Amino acid sequence: MTSPTPAKRPLGQRFDLERIVLGLAAPVLAVLLSLVICSLLLLSSGRDPFKAFDVMFTYGTASDGQVQIINKGVTYYLAAVAAAFGFRMNLFNIGVEGQYRIAALFTAYIGSQIDLPAFIQIPLLLVTAMLAGGIWASIAGVLKVYRGVSEVISTIMLNAISLAVVGLLLVPGIFAPKTGSSSNSIQTAPISQSSHFFSIETAGGTLWGFFIIAILVGVGFQLTLNRTRFGFDLRATGRSESAAQASGVNVKRMVLTSMAVSGALAGLIGMPTLLQSSYTYGTSFQQGLGFTGIAIALLGRNSPIGIVFSALLFAFMDVTAVQLPLQGDFPQEIVAVMQGTIVICVVVAYELVRRYGLKRQQQKVGAELAAQAAAAANKEVAA
Amino acid sequence: MRRSLKLAAVMLSGSLGIASLAACGAKSTDSTSASAGASGSSGIKVGMAYDIGGRGDQSFNDSAARGLDKAKAELGVQVNEAEAKTGEAESDKEARLKSLVTAGYNPVIAVGFVYQDAVNKVAKDNPNVKFAIIDSASADQPANVTSLTFSEQEGSYLAGVAAASKSKSHQIGFIGGVQSELIKKFEAGYTAGAKSVDPNIVVDVTYLTTPPDFSGFNDPGKGKEAAQGQLDKGADVIYAAAGSSGAGAIEAVSTAGKWAIGVDSDQAAQPALAKYKDHILTSMVKNVDTAVYTYIKSVKDGSPLTGVKNFDLSAQGVSLATTGGHIDDIQSKLADAQKAITSGATKVPTAPQS
Repeated sequence: MTSPTPAKRPLGQRFDLERIVLGLAAPVLAVLLSLVICSLLLLSSGRDPFKAFDVMFTYGTASDGQVQIINKGVTYYLAAVAAAFGFRMNLFNIGVEGQYRIAALFTAYIGSQIDLPAFIQIPLLLVTAMLAGGIWASIAGVLKVYRGVSEVISTIMLNAISLAVVGLLLVPGIFAPKTGSSSNSIQTAPISQSSHFFSIETAGGTLWGFFIIAILVGVGFQLTLNRTRFGFDLRATGRSESAAQASGVNVKRMVLTSMAVSGALAGLIGMPTLLQSSYTYGTSFQQGLGFTGIAIALLGRNSPIGIVFSALLFAFMDVTAVQLPLQGDFPQEIVAVMQGTIVICVVVAYELVRRYGLKRQQQKVGAELAAQAAAAANKEVAA
Repeated sequence: MRRSLKLAAVMLSGSLGIASLAACGAKSTDSTSASAGASGSSGIKVGMAYDIGGRGDQSFNDSAARGLDKAKAELGVQVNEAEAKTGEAESDKEARLKSLVTAGYNPVIAVGFVYQDAVNKVAKDNPNVKFAIIDSASADQPANVTSLTFSEQEGSYLAGVAAASKSKSHQIGFIGGVQSELIKKFEAGYTAGAKSVDPNIVVDVTYLTTPPDFSGFNDPGKGKEAAQGQLDKGADVIYAAAGSSGAGAIEAVSTAGKWAIGVDSDQAAQPALAKYKDHILTSMVKNVDTAVYTYIKSVKDGSPLTGVKNFDLSAQGVSLATTGGHIDDIQSKLADAQKAITSGATKVPTAPQS
């Protein structure tokens, strides 16, 4: 597809080239396969697939398209990192959706009630969002640790509950201002002026400054995973819980903390929109980001760098999809099909590539062992 | 430590690189000049942005589409349309409107309250383009935005009169898609209308979802379940103001052999619901098509509607459908109620009494 092809040159020199190729093979395969499937779908409905891809590519390379892609990509990145954090230790936090919803609601409310100087206000709001998301996620963490409830079940249920909580609180007189509105929509009062995050005006429109936070989160994620005791414990627990426990990792505490951290990251998902564009939380606030995040994390192999590319790819597809029905009568649902097939294909492709890699490794080890044995035999003969 | 630092540097420079790319590329609008403008016979290009469901939702959006089709046929305007998709961001709505504007479409009509913020924003940036938004109005909308709203409570009042007149069990039902202020208007009018005929009538009220969950507008399964529940309780006329969820309610009511009242479009006349048409008493038709057509015509005639234009009972904005002739026998009762409303003798409440 037309996503920025990963330019991993500095890494290429560092790592085994074969590993990189194998690692990239799966997502590239998946994207290609989904392109083929979508082309067939478009062809079967009598439309020209290349024209559709051309519309997408043209808009995606225009500056206003790019600004939108980055703005959307930032949100997607945060959503995916939140999910990936749990996935890294085999903790399936499906509740990202509910966590960011609750966090956005409370942050929007607090932002509308408090008006401090921006340098206090914005950190305060970010902390509020992370706390709200973290606490909501911790319910699932506590249930898992103390009651053995599977986090998959509890987080899905908490998603539904969070909807009800928002429905309960977001009514005129509680979190929404009392107005004689007769519309379907309802929202909190706008957040104070000092809560607005900085943005950059470019030729293509307003670029949200929030990408800085996304980068910080990405760097922090990478450092925590690879450079801290906590990160090591996290990965160890993810690989094998019992082995981690045997080697002295407090798995219970790990579950509690990583669930909370995953929720705290999820809390940030709504922030770019809230602090940069909508300034309110309400019925028009985007939904479903939690699930998009899971798909993006899967495609990005839960790695902070991989997710950058998958988030941008998904953002590219979603941004350009809007143009499809406007420029030539293409159904924009085709993009949803594309994303769906990418996610399915990538799971299959990763498994195929993993098996292939394993086989290659076995062959290599086998060859080395054979060479060693031969050398030893030679030595014996010589002696 | 060094490796992770390097990784961080790569990520930083990578994302900044993309950011700077964005700033120097050509805008999408640079290439799309107003090439299509000359070919239109009337010179007016109408852009239409639908809510989720779009053309073919058998309800609200379809009604707007009919108005557009009529304008296309009778006024010779050029049209381009697009619909929202589930779970899209506010920025997608803005982009949709913006793209229509840059392609030279003027006026741009947004169907549904979900577009209010996006319309406000894009209209502010394009003061020379006229916008219309259906079903929504906000206090701070720019002067180039026209709101087309409806007096749903008045039409629902008539639906209530019809329901109470036809009910044998003295128990009727109301199914609201989403418990929002707009749908509460339907409920208020319906209940008031029913009580005007039969003060002791029982009105069962069910809302499928509460905001922010808007699935209640497009989940026929939920509609069916809710209707079944009301039928089991003894209701024998059910009014479903629930978008496409209403189809499920109509199915359940029809299976039970009771009366259903449709909403937004004349649902008995819709192909998808044709098999239930013997059990669709009437529909509270919201003449979105009239509003859309009137608006486009006003723009073409050079005197565009402005501000908030409300289409009430007297302006033919809402009405009861007569397809099937099921309400012919109570026509005089309905006419009286209608006269009372248009003359101002009956004040229809806009919020349910609780």
